[in-house]
Parts: sequence; structure tokens; C-alpha cells
Amino acid sequence: MGKEKDMRATYNDTLIDLAASDERIVLMEADLMNASGTVTFKSTYPERFFDMGVAEANMAGVAAGLSSVGKIPFAASFAPFASRKTYDQFFISANYAHLNVKMVGTDPGITAQVNGGTHMSFEDGGLMRNIPGLVVFEPCDNVSLEKLIRKAAEYEGCTYMRLHRKGGNIIYKEDDEFELGKGVVLRDGSDVTLVATGLVMVAEALEAADELKKEGISAAVIDMHTVKPIDRELIVKYAQKTGAFVTCENHQVVNFLGSAVAEVLVEEHPALLKRVGVQDEFGEVGKLDYLKKRYGLTAANIADNARAILTQKKQ
Amino acid sequence: MDENTLQELKDTARRIRALTIDQIGYFGVGHIGGALSIVEALTILYYRHMNIDPQNPAKRDRDQFILSKGHAGPALYSVLADKGYFPQEWLHTLNVGGTRLPSHADMVRTPGIDMTAGSLGQGLSAGIGKALGHRIDGIDSKIYVIIGDGESNEGQVWEAAMSASHYKLNNLIAFTDYNKMQIDGYTQDIMDLDDLNAKWVGFGWNVLRVDGHSFPALNRAICKAKEEKCRPTMIIMDTIKGKGAYFAEGNLGNHNMPFDYDTAKEAIARLEKGAE
Repeated sequence: MGKEKDMRATYNDTLIDLAASDERIVLMEADLMNASGTVTFKSTYPERFFDMGVAEANMAGVAAGLSSVGKIPFAASFAPFASRKTYDQFFISANYAHLNVKMVGTDPGITAQVNGGTHMSFEDGGLMRNIPGLVVFEPCDNVSLEKLIRKAAEYEGCTYMRLHRKGGNIIYKEDDEFELGKGVVLRDGSDVTLVATGLVMVAEALEAADELKKEGISAAVIDMHTVKPIDRELIVKYAQKTGAFVTCENHQVVNFLGSAVAEVLVEEHPALLKRVGVQDEFGEVGKLDYLKKRYGLTAANIADNARAILTQKKQ
Repeated sequence: MDENTLQELKDTARRIRALTIDQIGYFGVGHIGGALSIVEALTILYYRHMNIDPQNPAKRDRDQFILSKGHAGPALYSVLADKGYFPQEWLHTLNVGGTRLPSHADMVRTPGIDMTAGSLGQGLSAGIGKALGHRIDGIDSKIYVIIGDGESNEGQVWEAAMSASHYKLNNLIAFTDYNKMQIDGYTQDIMDLDDLNAKWVGFGWNVLRVDGHSFPALNRAICKAKEEKCRPTMIIMDTIKGKGAYFAEGNLGNHNMPFDYDTAKEAIARLEKGAE
């Protein structure tokens, strides 16, 4: 599996593989099959593929119905539509009814790029985090994506995954294992903890840690792929160890990763915290590099925040 | 339909109506209007057409029913209690804290409920999911859904309408409880449904129009729907909101109305008198 493999290809391939051994797996699209890269799922399992057209609310409701007769539907659309346009249907028909629907929001945050502000969700993770009992996660590379899709399929209950469609990364080794709700320590450190989620920000956090290392700053990096339920134990452990955190998310800092970490720290082990993410703004059009700088979703900004928090720590 | 069967259905419907009035009156307030307008539809489905087993509510090849207008839950609870899905005493726990019979139909809490509903507009989509799932599994069953006329203001209903005919779901049989009233007034004044038949025909459905309080008419329509080969069926039922309760029938305020237990008892007495 190469670094260049698109995440959507891993999504498609993993579901085809899962569907071969589990006839309950079905796949749903809302007129974005080509964008989600699920064309070969459709050709492999045409009777288990449903394109619902440009009608996301109905897709969520139909997914709930499929789940109620024992199917495991994975339903995808662009993240703002998979969340904002399905919210009540996913909330009531799927989650409140204790069913088993796997909602997938593609192109989260700035990865919507030239689709611009209408398609740029900085709030989908927060909306989803508000749903009782929902598991919300965002894989950062192809290995964890594949493994976490398998975990989500095994898990009996609804999940929401933020899926980066284009581009990929290799952070993990093929034989690494993952658990929903358990963060992964990618790099140990003693001065400050960088907690990141997703394809864009885990890579930036690792780069920031390299930068900081050159200055003699020891930064731990945690891949918090599951934002809900958040790994409280791991956060407390690193609060004890470093006492200082920078959260890194391709999302509003409100109600997603930064908020979740802040809640744990305040309740369990107060520590210093800065939140790198979108600061209460809407999205806008542009290429990824422009948007990273525009919203401060960069290794440089993470490192700046880490330095600032260390200054604060010394005071 | 022979005379005996018809009489039996009428007696059952009267019993279900009485249980529903009793249930809501015991609590003191509830969605009496829209519960009573669907009693005949529920009765003919649960006592005549549906392949179900109260002793085995999860039977895989059973027919399923979705009360998309979930606020009519009490009418369905009366049927389920009468069929033995749970003890009839439960009916007096309606809406009491900790109950298994909440105001809106809830598959997590109540035995025999096939789908949670209550946020209007969602049940038909769920019905499509069930119908598609059964098709994949080769289960020869029907999925029945009742939606409301006010509910038909919801955009999701029409998204669902489009997709059900696209997928040629002849195993999906829906009903509109067309009682011509919604919370704020007559449907004609609040959000006019205009030619409702034409709308469903336009969306590619097999459309039948019946008197929703006539068992022979309902029976003919359901039999016809079951024979349909490639389209979902919409049975539009002309009904009267609050049907059978003297204090509620045709009363614009009957959507969610308070009434005391003495009123309920009086209404039940009049129902039974009417039967004599």
C-alpha cells in the first residue's frame, strides 16, 4: 500500500473485502459514487449498493430501515451533507432507535478545497459528537483507515467517520492494530503533548514535533483517531507527564477534538491547553496549501502554540 | 368480505377505539384525533392481513408496520396489547415517567414496534430500507407504513416517494391518513395538499383512494396492493380525525387535547351504545 493511494480507494477496497465475508454489509451513496470512489463496490455487489440520488435525508432514513432488518449500511456523502442534511434522520431514525448505521462524511474541513465554503464542514464532527453514544472517528492514514473501518463494521451501533477522499499517508505499519476509543502514542515526549486527529493534522503535528526537537523541546504526539468516546486515560496520563497540550484539528475548535480534550483535562487533571483549529469561521475556496495557512492548520502554527504554552508553563 | 368477518372487524375496531380513549383519558391528555382516525386501518392490518406472531415479535419473515405519524402511538399500543405483545395493564402507564409506552412509537422500548418514529417525515424512508433489505434476503413479506396528511408537508416524504418507485418496491404498501386536519387548522388552510392522488401518481406509485373507516374498501385496496408487481402502493384514506369519540370527532382542537377520565368513560359508553 503506497503513500500515494487515495483514502477513498482504501475505503472502497476494504468494504469490498468485508462484504465478501459478511453479507450484511451494504453501501449507500447520494449521487457521489464517483467522488467516494465506490464504483467497483457497485460492480462487485450491485444488489448491495444503493445510490439514493441527491437526497441525503432519505438516504439516512433508508439506511436506518436497512439496519432494522439486519443490514450494516455504510452511507456516504460530503461531510457537510452527511451531517447537516441528515442530522435529524441520523439522530432519530438511526441513533435514537439504537440501530447500526455507519455514516461517512467525506472531504472534511479544508480538504473540500475548491468546492469552497458551501462544502467545507468545520462543524460536522461537533454535531455528531452531540449525539448520545455515537462513535466519531477520523483516521489519519491508509493503514488505520482500513483497520478502523473493520472495527466500525464489527461494532454494534452507529458510527460517524470523517473520510479524506483524496491523497493518503503512511503513518503506521501494516500490522499495527487499533481500537475505537483508544488513542495511539506516535511519539513519546515530556515537555508538551500534541493531540491530533485526521489526515491533515496528524502529519502536521509530527512535523511540528520534529521542528520542536531541533530546539530541544520534547513533544509527545498522540493520534486521537476516535474523538468520541475520547481516550480519557491517555489524556490524563500525558497531563501528568507533560502538563501542557496543543490540540490539532481540521475542524472548528468548538465541540470537537479541542473541546473534548479540554473537558477531560478540566474534570480530571487540569493542564495548560491551546487549541489549533478553525477559530469560529466559515470555510472558503482554495487549494489545500492556501487553506492550511489561511486557517493556521500548519506545523509552524502548532509549533508556535507549543512554544507559547511552554513559556506559560515556566511562568 | 362476508358478514361475520365484517362484524368481527367492527367489534375489534370498537374495542381498540375504547382502549385508546381509555388510555389517553387515564393520563388526561394526548393525541386522540390522529390515533382514532387510523383505527380501522390498524385493525384490518393486524387482524386480517399481517403475517405476525405476538409470541415471536422478531420473527424474521414477518410483515412489518411503521407508524410514521408516531404520535398516534396509543392506537397502536391498544392493538399490540390486545394481540398480546404486552399486558393490557401497561396501557395505563402511557407517558408516565419510566414507561415502556411513550407518546411516540419507539422500537427500543415497546415490544411489537417495528420502527421508531415521531419526528415527522421519517417513517417512509425507513420502510424503504426494510423493503430493500427483505428484497436482498429474498423474504417474501410486506412493509406497511402509515403517514399523516400534515406529515406530508415534509420534504423527506417526497424524497422517499421518488426512491421507492425508483427501486420498484412492490413490497411496500403505504397509507396516508387523510383526515384533512393538522395542528394549526385544516390542511387546506395551513398547507394545501391540493390533488394528493395526482402527486403520488406523479411519483410513480400505484394509488388507491378509499374510505378509511370502511373495512370492505380497505380490504379491497390492500388485496389489490398485494398483487401489484412493480410499484409501491399508496392507499389514500379519507378519514375523520377523532373518529368515534363524541368530544373529539371533527373538532379542530383534537390533535393533542386534554380530557378527563370521566369524559373518556362517557365516550366509551356511547361507543358501546352505538354498537347495540
